[in-house]
Amino acid sequence: MKILLVFAALVAAAGSEQLFVGDQVLRITARDEEQIALLRVLGERAEMQVDFWRDPTRPHHPADLRVPFASLQAVKFFLESHSISYSIMIEDVQELLDEEKKNMTKSRRTERSTSTFDFASYHTIEEIYDWMDVLVDDHPNLISKIEIGRSYENRSLYVMKFSTGGSNRPAIWLDTGIHSREWITQATGVWTANKIAEEYGQDPSVTAILDSMDIFFEIIANPDGFVFTHSSNRLWRKTRSINAGSDCIGVDPNRNWDAGFGGSGSSSDPCSEIYRGPYAHSEREVKAIVDFIHGHGNVKSVISIHSYSQMLLFPYGYKRGPAAHHQELNELAKKAVSDLAAMYGTKYSYGSIADTIYLADGTTVDWTYDNGVKYSFTFELRDTGRYGFLLPSTEIIPTATETWPALLDIMVHVLENPY
Amino acid sequence: AAMEVPLSHGLASRAAALATGYLCYRRGSPGRGLALRSLRRARRQDIDDVGHKYYLELELEDVLDKDSTVICTAEVLYHLGNKNIAPDVQFTLEGELKNTDEADNIFYNRIKSLEKELVAENIPDSHGNVPPEMEPIRLLAWVASGYVIWQNSTENTKFQLAQIKHVKQVKRSDEYLEFDYMILLHDMVSQEIIPWEMTVLWHPQHGVQVTQDSRQPKHA
Repeated sequence: MKILLVFAALVAAAGSEQLFVGDQVLRITARDEEQIALLRVLGERAEMQVDFWRDPTRPHHPADLRVPFASLQAVKFFLESHSISYSIMIEDVQELLDEEKKNMTKSRRTERSTSTFDFASYHTIEEIYDWMDVLVDDHPNLISKIEIGRSYENRSLYVMKFSTGGSNRPAIWLDTGIHSREWITQATGVWTANKIAEEYGQDPSVTAILDSMDIFFEIIANPDGFVFTHSSNRLWRKTRSINAGSDCIGVDPNRNWDAGFGGSGSSSDPCSEIYRGPYAHSEREVKAIVDFIHGHGNVKSVISIHSYSQMLLFPYGYKRGPAAHHQELNELAKKAVSDLAAMYGTKYSYGSIADTIYLADGTTVDWTYDNGVKYSFTFELRDTGRYGFLLPSTEIIPTATETWPALLDIMVHVLENPY
Repeated sequence: AAMEVPLSHGLASRAAALATGYLCYRRGSPGRGLALRSLRRARRQDIDDVGHKYYLELELEDVLDKDSTVICTAEVLYHLGNKNIAPDVQFTLEGELKNTDEADNIFYNRIKSLEKELVAENIPDSHGNVPPEMEPIRLLAWVASGYVIWQNSTENTKFQLAQIKHVKQVKRSDEYLEFDYMILLHDMVSQEIIPWEMTVLWHPQHGVQVTQDSRQPKHA
């Protein structure tokens, strides 16, 4: 057992210093008292810097000797020339220490706690789905996970429900990742969901919002596409549904909604990145949200998060004229964008979809707006094209951090302007 | 007469992106990439039988040193009808661009002294990482893609370089460096990812040249 104690002490002492690279531990078996005496002499030779982890006491009882790399040759020569038998018990002490440290940190990581999740990295769908369960476990009185449907490839469509009670309270809907290649959005979604959970009971605005409203957050709105960006094509945008009569796969889930469906702001070609689909709501990923919002009946705001371009947009995309609430939405966007810029100076433009980017029909927010959800907004997060979809993971936390006050502005406005 | 265009307007930002791409091609190097920091003013003029002309005031920044900026006044003319003529771009710059002679020469000598031709792929990678030694290779592609973007832009496109899929150095007996790139362009308007092959020549004193380029078929 002593050897384990010594080893444990070494692990603790070594920390991250490379003190034992190439050092070996030799198991030595002396066959008589003479050899025992020789080993003791060896231990006393200061220049060798060896140390016994298990002292040589009696013949035929093994002694364990740690030998620094620099002394290995000399020590082995000494043992061999005196015919003292030995074997190498540990080939490289540092390697073993490193292994041990890795195992320790690994077990810390699998510890079920949100404090160990790395928000500054991009994650796989399994990691995000696992983390969702941890978030629910950590906040059982605030968050629950519901399944609103299944994707084309039969993956669960999960929504995190933030609620402090009541019955069918007015609600805010958030989604990220409907276009799978926009990785900054799912990453921002994870950070933001965690932020909401942390700030309830701490931040007055978040607390006020959740004391009378519910938040529904679909972090991975297009799981099939997301998996595909990890396994095959990092720049995949659409769903992964098979299109009858075509080799091309997928429908643009942001052209598939029943609002101005089928216009010049989308395509009838299945090979197009903006293919609208065979009919409105053909995609299970879209239908699930449609059914949820219709079934809920009390959703007051929808915020759909995309990248890239640095814009805050509102209806309409399918036509040019201003929406009925253009002025209010425009003012709110202006404020949100200003508070976003206050964080790190990131400049956003804002306006209706049609004016600010292009005509786009069948979009999420046009449908929600035309179906009674007044506060319908689309974010286009960082950047403006330098990295585009391949935004470095070092920008995840700054992006999420600066977007938070903008989201809060919208949610507070929704809370303070019931309808 | 030229009418003011709201700065947040889609058409203004497309013209600005085109002007930036052209400018970057004309003034860029492996040590200097130029990106649009902000659009300060935009006006548009419809010229009968000719096309649409944009008058732009842009602020550009050095991607390697965000504090280094220049003001650019540019005129972009999209020709009516004929899709095979590149838009005309004229510009003037106010302010000094940082001198990149030292960085350019270091890169030039580094590549010249490689024993084996440089080969690389997926820059940036899926997580947006660019290894530091690949940054000049990436900037060179950024600059060269400015040419491709300029040559292929219309009022209905907005191209950005999305990724270098593959780059291969081609050994030359003269003083130039030559690279074969397979890049992916992203068009914001159609949302398409377009593979494009380009052959790029560069020398510190002679600037960047795209000697060959061709659009590649999209994968299904």
